[in-house]
Amino acid sequence: MQTVDRKLIDAAIRDQFPILATKVHGKPLTYLDNAATSQKPRFVIDALDRYWTGQNSNVHRGVHYLSQLATLEFDNARESVRRLLGAAEADEVVFTKGCTEGINLVASGLVHGSGDLRLGAGDAILVSTQEHHSNIVPWQLAAERTGARVIPIPITDDGEIQLDAYLDLLKTARPKLVAVKHVCNALGTINPIKWMIEQAHAYGALVLIDGAQAGPHLRINVQDLDADFYTLSCHKIYAPTGVGVLYGKRPLLESLPPYQGGGDMIRTVSFEGTTYAGIPAKFEAGTPNIAGAIGLGKSVEWLEQLGGGSLDSAFSAIEAHEAALRSEAEAILAAIPGVRIVGTARDKAGIVSFTMESAHPHDIGTILDSEGIAIRAGHHCCMPLMTRFGIPATARASFALYNTMEEVERLESAVRKVQEMFA
Amino acid sequence: MNDDLRELYQEVILDHNKRPRNRGRIEVPTAEADGHNPLCGDQVHVTLHTKDGLIDAIAFEGQGCAISTASASLMTEAVKGKTVEEAEAIFREFQSMVTSPDDAGEHVDLGSLVALAGVREFPVRIKCATLPWHTLHAALAGERKVSTE
Repeated sequence: MQTVDRKLIDAAIRDQFPILATKVHGKPLTYLDNAATSQKPRFVIDALDRYWTGQNSNVHRGVHYLSQLATLEFDNARESVRRLLGAAEADEVVFTKGCTEGINLVASGLVHGSGDLRLGAGDAILVSTQEHHSNIVPWQLAAERTGARVIPIPITDDGEIQLDAYLDLLKTARPKLVAVKHVCNALGTINPIKWMIEQAHAYGALVLIDGAQAGPHLRINVQDLDADFYTLSCHKIYAPTGVGVLYGKRPLLESLPPYQGGGDMIRTVSFEGTTYAGIPAKFEAGTPNIAGAIGLGKSVEWLEQLGGGSLDSAFSAIEAHEAALRSEAEAILAAIPGVRIVGTARDKAGIVSFTMESAHPHDIGTILDSEGIAIRAGHHCCMPLMTRFGIPATARASFALYNTMEEVERLESAVRKVQEMFA
Repeated sequence: MNDDLRELYQEVILDHNKRPRNRGRIEVPTAEADGHNPLCGDQVHVTLHTKDGLIDAIAFEGQGCAISTASASLMTEAVKGKTVEEAEAIFREFQSMVTSPDDAGEHVDLGSLVALAGVREFPVRIKCATLPWHTLHAALAGERKVSTE
């Protein structure tokens, strides 16, 4: 089955991404910084061009032709995202300006909410040591404002969440909320979130999953996961920057207070009292990133086309392709003297973080760049995680569906050059 | 490997990265400061001792890339035995060399610090080279912390 699926992805897919033909310092671009952002297929770029040249208008407020057209495309995009997430209904899909805003929206809602959806003094919020700053700092801000506490769930030396410690914390701290990543951006660990959600629910905690790194790589089904909230970063899913998604279960979104006030999020406004629109409009004050949302919808359609009409097939092929690249990259990098792979979880997405004894990640990054290879060097917005491993930074290669084994070989030979230079 | 890269990672840089000079701490410093580049996580701590306006001892410690380590090491060699005013003049000349090479500057002799001139072709790496200098400058100005963002 897997071998059949993998045929959906071959080198010809690269022709659909115009930027991949770029030369960098006279060498072919080897783009291995996909965890930071993905490149965009012609299908999405053309859809954006069509929008700006033939459909541009504001949504939800005009009776004229263009406004109706833009509204239709915008609403179609929401339905496409519903399919991507496996959500029950499109109204549970809130467009935000990014994954970060989705998390902040929920955090702010829990500061100002009521009943079970209100943080109070002493309430616990569990986050993992793996988290990106965007899934730590919003909770710290919420804690500052409510007297709640943010408690980190420890991780193992392999970069896996310590599940026994997690269970203990659920029992002893009785958290109101658990906020964890689906996939770790710095290490690649795929967390056992379905099980973690089930356990959290057994102790009465809500769960927010930061899906920024899962969106482009894994088949997500929020209903099967039973996630209460799930956030996406859309520019990592072959769509434009400036748009993100917050999924929330209908009753939760209906109970959360509005995030920002403005146009589009109201039913009626008067100085005596204003009433709010239903979901998702309640959380989408102001003119949304219409083009961005439409671009996202098109990237979902493109993935469906890749899978012959099925996102299941598309993601099965993507997972197999990226897993092959990742395991090859890990094997050949680990064979280079002085290279240490950081993050050795059993279940990993297409991310390889590494350090070298002789060279700092920034030097690795600069030298790889001179070979046309784009990687990320730094703390990956995961300072507590770097502290956990006792390192300031890592070099990170991250794969997407258009990467090839030849690029993995280029990575190897460039890292060997670094090794020779700093030996 | 292209020429810019060879220019950046020349022998003297690689050597000072591998065997940093004046690494450590002055036991009884008259001035010290912490430098931090939050973007890349580089950290440097500079301690120094002055007597009658002369820097008679200086050391650095911390963690960073080859450029920041070599720059810190070369800096300690360049300012040791200099007056505070001379050290500040070298700092200004160095900064001008790595950021705006066309500026006239004060024409202070930079000696082996010119090995870092190649960094100007790598805009994202300039702060790696200047972090130790900003830290020294902060120490001399009586500030304990400096951050380059």
